[in-house]
Amino acid sequence: MAMVECRRLRKIYRQGKLEVVALDGIDLAIGKGEFAALAGPSGSGKTTLLNLIGGLDRPDAGEIRLQNQLLNDLDQSQLAELRLRQIGFVFQSFNLIPVLTALENVEFILLLQGVAAGERRERARTILDDVGLQGLHGRRPAELSGGQQQRVAVARAIASDPAIVLADEPTANLDSKTGQGLLELMKEMNEKKQVTFIFSTHDRMVMDYARRLILLHDGRIAEDRAKAGK
Amino acid sequence: MLFQLAWRNLWRNPKRTLILLTAVVIGVWAMIVIGALMRGISSQMLRHGIATLTGHVQIHAPGYRADPVVENSIPAAAPVTARLAALLPAGTRWAPRIRVAAIAGNARHSAGVTLVGIDPAAEKGVSFIGAAVTEGAYLPSEGEGGLLIGRALADRFGTGLGKKLVLMSQDSERGIASRAFRITGLFRAELEATEKEFVFVTLPEAAAMLKLGAGISEISLLLPSDGLASEAADRLRQSLAGEALEISTWQELLPMIRGVLELYDGVIFVWFLVIFIAMGFGIVNTFLMAVLERLREFGLLKALGMRPSGIVGQVLAESLLLLLTGQALGSAFGFLSYRGLARNGIDLSAVAEGLEYVGMTRIIFPVLLPRDVATANLVVFLLGLLVSLYPAVKAGRVTPVQALSSV
Ligand SMILES: Nc1ncnc2c1ncn2[C@@H]1O[C@H](COP(=O)(O)OP(=O)(O)OP(=O)(O)O)[C@@H](O)[C@H]1O
Ligand SMILES: [Mg+2]
Repeated sequence: MAMVECRRLRKIYRQGKLEVVALDGIDLAIGKGEFAALAGPSGSGKTTLLNLIGGLDRPDAGEIRLQNQLLNDLDQSQLAELRLRQIGFVFQSFNLIPVLTALENVEFILLLQGVAAGERRERARTILDDVGLQGLHGRRPAELSGGQQQRVAVARAIASDPAIVLADEPTANLDSKTGQGLLELMKEMNEKKQVTFIFSTHDRMVMDYARRLILLHDGRIAEDRAKAGK
Repeated sequence: MLFQLAWRNLWRNPKRTLILLTAVVIGVWAMIVIGALMRGISSQMLRHGIATLTGHVQIHAPGYRADPVVENSIPAAAPVTARLAALLPAGTRWAPRIRVAAIAGNARHSAGVTLVGIDPAAEKGVSFIGAAVTEGAYLPSEGEGGLLIGRALADRFGTGLGKKLVLMSQDSERGIASRAFRITGLFRAELEATEKEFVFVTLPEAAAMLKLGAGISEISLLLPSDGLASEAADRLRQSLAGEALEISTWQELLPMIRGVLELYDGVIFVWFLVIFIAMGFGIVNTFLMAVLERLREFGLLKALGMRPSGIVGQVLAESLLLLLTGQALGSAFGFLSYRGLARNGIDLSAVAEGLEYVGMTRIIFPVLLPRDVATANLVVFLLGLLVSLYPAVKAGRVTPVQALSSV
């Protein structure tokens, strides 16, 4: 079953009289358990595509389906609900709420979902341990390294059992060794828990991990192929 | 967790929060303390008005209030006073008086005064004069009477204890009544005007001078509390209906003070609003600044699936905690200041001369009404939340794409 399905997706940014066609007819299907990289030069539309799939923005034309649900039909509050329950986000930076500890950051999303307090804490603890943050649960983001912060973000993204995790350049702010560690973690989560991932990147090393490579160019898919993951 | 998060967010910028908190504390404090002083001023004006011979309720012959001359006298006090005890609440005191316009004079000066004939023992518990004599002696209950005049009048006449003063008025037969009295006591009053207006002699001596026999001008009643006046007056009106008497409450006798009291409710509320407006601007600005600094975070929360209402709630929760903390501290400080000021009052002697014209007393004792404390807190709380709504809604409107793409 396709987790995500995009058909003839177009997105145009207008700035005054200037029109930028950020996405120009994207057809794409991502299946359950995929581990796909979205690559392409700067300005090719990676972020735009992830934002549309994640229900953060709306297309100008075309359809997006998430688990067969047509996103075009949803209003703002339904989209919020969808983001909350079906999508995990990992952003490039500023992923975490600064005044909350690692544990509370993960719990917070479960709280929004209405998970009871006891279960919330238990699940958050387990997941933080799973992503290798034993002993760091009580630290605030400022007291964690960049790599550790991204691990918390991954933990938060998968804590709610989403249909898909969207990661926009999750390693861009990390050194290559730390970035590699994060990819190892994502891969592990993908394999062990069958979490579906789409991550965008500029980085060869990161693309190497992907089992599917989608190459964007000027808002079109230039290449889309399955490959062996690292 | 909402409030936990709100509380921590407040302390992200401790300096800013402390400044804002201080503003709320000072605001609430000022509302309470200045409000209590205003209440003190008005309640002392009332107390003073009542003590300066008015009492809570007065009984007159019909026509006396319109034309206070000896002809409009109650023929005899005893038949009326004999019935009062049964009609009035326990603790009520009353005093019969003769009260006429007179001219006081000595060799060099003369001035219009109000001559008051009193029953010294009865008067003591009813009006200010019982405790006001500072030099010489209060009037004796028995035997030879004397004359009490105010310190200010004595100064103006260049006279003093033991000297003579001539009082002149019209008697009940429309003749000129004139008698010399020896000054036996000088009294002081809150207002200089009171010291210049009233001169006191005993009831029998006033009656003799004015040829009034057993007649009196008025009976003044002091009830256990201000609020009982109209009820007591109603009972008297019913029970004394056949007696050709006119019963008036202090509200009727002191219309200006009554007006001031009513006005003060409005004045105090306006004062609360004025303070709040000053404070409100600070709250809006500071919260707006705090919100703008955190747009990225609100965008993140929205991306994660929080509703706009959730974000509005988040900002309001921060405002709520700040307001409640500030209100608690401000009310506490306000109460402590009130306790401190209530001990000795605030002495306004230095500026008292100007204030006398408006009937204010020299020393102000604050009066703290629970109602005023509640109003002050309610104003701060409701309006505080209301003005925080603007930054809160602004935070709720953030779109995640904008917020997350602006680095
Ligand atoms: N809010 C916006 N307003 C106007 N134009 C935009 C906006 N966001 C993106 N664009 C334009 O749309 C195109 C695609 O942008 P997008 O951010 O999706 O690219 P990207 O592949 O993520 O680039 P990068 O690798 O630099 O992150 C670019 O030409 C960009 O300038
Ligand atoms: Mg991008």
